[in-house]
Amino acid sequence: MSITQILFWFLSILTIFSALMVITRKNPVYSVLWLIITFIAISGHYILLNAQFLAVVNVIVYAGAIMVLFLFVIMLMNLDADAEQTKNKWLQLAGVVAGGCLLLILVAALKGAENQAKTVEMGTGSIGLIENLGQVLFKQYILPFEISSVLFLSAMVGAVVIGKKN
Amino acid sequence: MSQLVYLVPLFPLVGFLVIGLGRNLWSKTLTGLIGCATVLASFVVSVMIFNEVRTPGFTPVTVKLFDFIHFGTLNINFAFQVDQLSSLFLLIITGVGSLIHIYSTSYMHEEKPHHFARYFCYLNLFVFSMLLLVLGANYVIMFIGWEGVGLCSYLLIGFWFTNGDYNYAARKAFIMNRIGDLAFLIGIFWILAQFGSVNYQDVFSRAQGGVTTSVVTGITLLLFIGATGKSAQIPLYTWLPDAMAGPTPVSALIHAATMVTAGIYMIARSNVLYTLAPATEGVIAVIGLCTAILAASIAIQQNDIKKVLAYSTVSQLGYMFLGLGVGAYTGAVFHVMTHAFFKALLFLGAGSVIHAMGGEQDIRKMGGLRKFMPVTWITFLIGTIAIAGIPPFSGFFSKDEILSHAYAHNPVLYIIGLFGALMTAFYMFRLLAMTFLGQFRGTHEQEHHLHESPAAITIPLIVLAVLAAGAGFLGIPAYMHPDAHILEKFLAPVFAASTDMKPLAETPAGVEWALTGASVVLILICSAWALAKFAKFTGPGKEATGFAKILENKWYVDELYDAVIVRPINGLAGFLNKYVERLGLDGIVNGIGRLVQYSGRQIRLLQSGQAGTYILLMVIGMVVLFIVQLFI
Amino acid sequence: MPINYYIFLGVILFCIGVTGVLTRRNAIIIFMCIELMLNAVNLLLVAFSKMHHAIAAANQGAATTVGTEGQLFVFFIMVVAAAEVSVGLAIIVMMYRNTHSVDVNFLNRLKH
Repeated sequence: MSITQILFWFLSILTIFSALMVITRKNPVYSVLWLIITFIAISGHYILLNAQFLAVVNVIVYAGAIMVLFLFVIMLMNLDADAEQTKNKWLQLAGVVAGGCLLLILVAALKGAENQAKTVEMGTGSIGLIENLGQVLFKQYILPFEISSVLFLSAMVGAVVIGKKN
Repeated sequence: MSQLVYLVPLFPLVGFLVIGLGRNLWSKTLTGLIGCATVLASFVVSVMIFNEVRTPGFTPVTVKLFDFIHFGTLNINFAFQVDQLSSLFLLIITGVGSLIHIYSTSYMHEEKPHHFARYFCYLNLFVFSMLLLVLGANYVIMFIGWEGVGLCSYLLIGFWFTNGDYNYAARKAFIMNRIGDLAFLIGIFWILAQFGSVNYQDVFSRAQGGVTTSVVTGITLLLFIGATGKSAQIPLYTWLPDAMAGPTPVSALIHAATMVTAGIYMIARSNVLYTLAPATEGVIAVIGLCTAILAASIAIQQNDIKKVLAYSTVSQLGYMFLGLGVGAYTGAVFHVMTHAFFKALLFLGAGSVIHAMGGEQDIRKMGGLRKFMPVTWITFLIGTIAIAGIPPFSGFFSKDEILSHAYAHNPVLYIIGLFGALMTAFYMFRLLAMTFLGQFRGTHEQEHHLHESPAAITIPLIVLAVLAAGAGFLGIPAYMHPDAHILEKFLAPVFAASTDMKPLAETPAGVEWALTGASVVLILICSAWALAKFAKFTGPGKEATGFAKILENKWYVDELYDAVIVRPINGLAGFLNKYVERLGLDGIVNGIGRLVQYSGRQIRLLQSGQAGTYILLMVIGMVVLFIVQLFI
Repeated sequence: MPINYYIFLGVILFCIGVTGVLTRRNAIIIFMCIELMLNAVNLLLVAFSKMHHAIAAANQGAATTVGTEGQLFVFFIMVVAAAEVSVGLAIIVMMYRNTHSVDVNFLNRLKH
């Protein structure tokens, strides 16, 4: 097994483990921290795939900004471990079963034989580099780029309006 | 002219529509005028058609109006068939019909204008239906007319609908007709299945081509059951005496001259089929004879003038069926014709009497009317002599023809038939004597109002009396004068197929003369006995006892039907209503409503407002969709 | 690595996110699980973009830019996720102000 493969397996197991921790911790602050670890593991996957720009953006935006926002809100509400009542046991079981079924279905649907042959280019490839991404972004997708700034504006206005006390 | 045969039913149909739609508009005079004019116009056209049919070498003409039913290989046309049989019946229906229409304008003149109009509207509709019946070129058109006359009979019997008993009588008539109609309809279906067509010409030629006896016996039996309903034979005859609840001209037209002869017409038309089924012919003869005797016996003890005539009609119809049963088709049709004349005459005369008596119908309260109503008396006398079968009036010739053919078939039939003829003579002269002879037994009030009826009533009586007296000479039998039976020669083409297959048995002329002589003498003796016994009738006398009581109560047949048929069906209907209708069907319908309400309530609980439940259901839904999409 | 492995990884992460949404009552935790699902999708998109690039490079040479759209799409998903998180948390804060709880089941009071 090459180093890439070992890293892939390690990162995968880390991702899955921390995702499981996210959904099972009682204390919401712990959930947030485990989610940050998940994001970092996914960024590791991105680096493996040589999508360098995305890896960095993932860490900065997701782990850095969004999760910090979550932490702020949790702190604001002073939530701790026993703030949340557990759901009805049966409903929880039903939820787990539903999720499991979904997993089964998707896996069964997607494990086609023809996918065995297709491989992912790892470690190399220049399409993930910021220079190439920038080329495509600012030439062909300039319009969505500009509109996303409008989206941000509307989100800011919306957040402020919703958050106002009146 | 025969191409214009559609005019014949068209005039009464137009009359029905015009009078019916304008029954609140026209005056009584105008309504009467329109009603009579239409039937008279039909009569004129019928005469013209008859003239054409009479020419020697005339072959039946089929006039097609339009395609009626066209379904795959099945082709039923709305077509009329003009031949000797239908043109003869056309004359009878329109001729007697127009006389009765004229009579009705005077008889019904006391009614309010819209009731008067309703009467003529129904009467015109009846004539239309009857004409359809006899003109149809196939069984389906005949059946349309068959149903139509049944409907009009119901409408007219229950004409004075405010009386509950009359409505009951009308319903009884309609329902008994319907039972017969069911058998008739099944017969038509069987004909269609067997022969692939309902056209007379097709059916008869294919039947002669080859058909198993059991099939044709079954078909003819079913058709005959239909005829028993329409023509009041055993077991479906009890409606006809009750039908006297209708106005007297209705009784004359429908229940004496035309509708009740529909069965005879049908069997005469289908003579080929019946000749191929001797078993059915035997049944017809026996039932006809039994009916004749039964009805005659009941008539002897009846005290209502119209009921006597009603039972007399049933009895005479029995004779016609006897004629059909022994193969004397011409004789039966001959008797239809003469019976139409003298029975209509008798009924109209009875109507004249009832009118003069102010509505009284009990003959025990009449008597001595000949002084007050001479025209009615003379015409009624002529009618009575005709029906009794006394030569040289028409009833003698037609009845004699039937009885002599019955003798040739089986002498026992002749003996019993003769006995019935004797009873006929007896009760008719009893009726005549109690009504017109002796002393008047009514109230002073009624005596003051007694007067001869107006011209519109007496002229039809006179015309019918002439016909009743003279029509017999159309059918002089062979043993009296060779080759003088005009009617037989006229109708020969219609019955040719039957007579070819099974020639009528001949009895030697000497035997015929002996039989005729003996029967005439016996009839005269019975008539004289009746006259002598009842001319001096002076009041009701004692209650009828014993056998007379059974006769007076009509052999308790109505009670028997009530117990055996009516009550069980009512019980069944009640049971079905209580259990199947209320519990079952209503239960299901209401239950569905309640089920919907219940399930709505339960499903509403899903909308709990719990977001978590919603998401769970959403995921489950997605899983199901995936499964369906990807794996099924 | 065959693409299958990435597919399975993405699917597992997605389903863990779904289970988290169904199992928890805290609105904020549910929101976080939604973010988890989004990330699973992002991972898959990037993997597929690299797969297409690999196939195209095998056919046409190493200088193709076939898979860039995939990664750009991930970029935009992050943009939208960021906006969504800000608005969503504002809503949750408002909900907390009204009901003093972040339990989603208490939202059924909206019914009344």
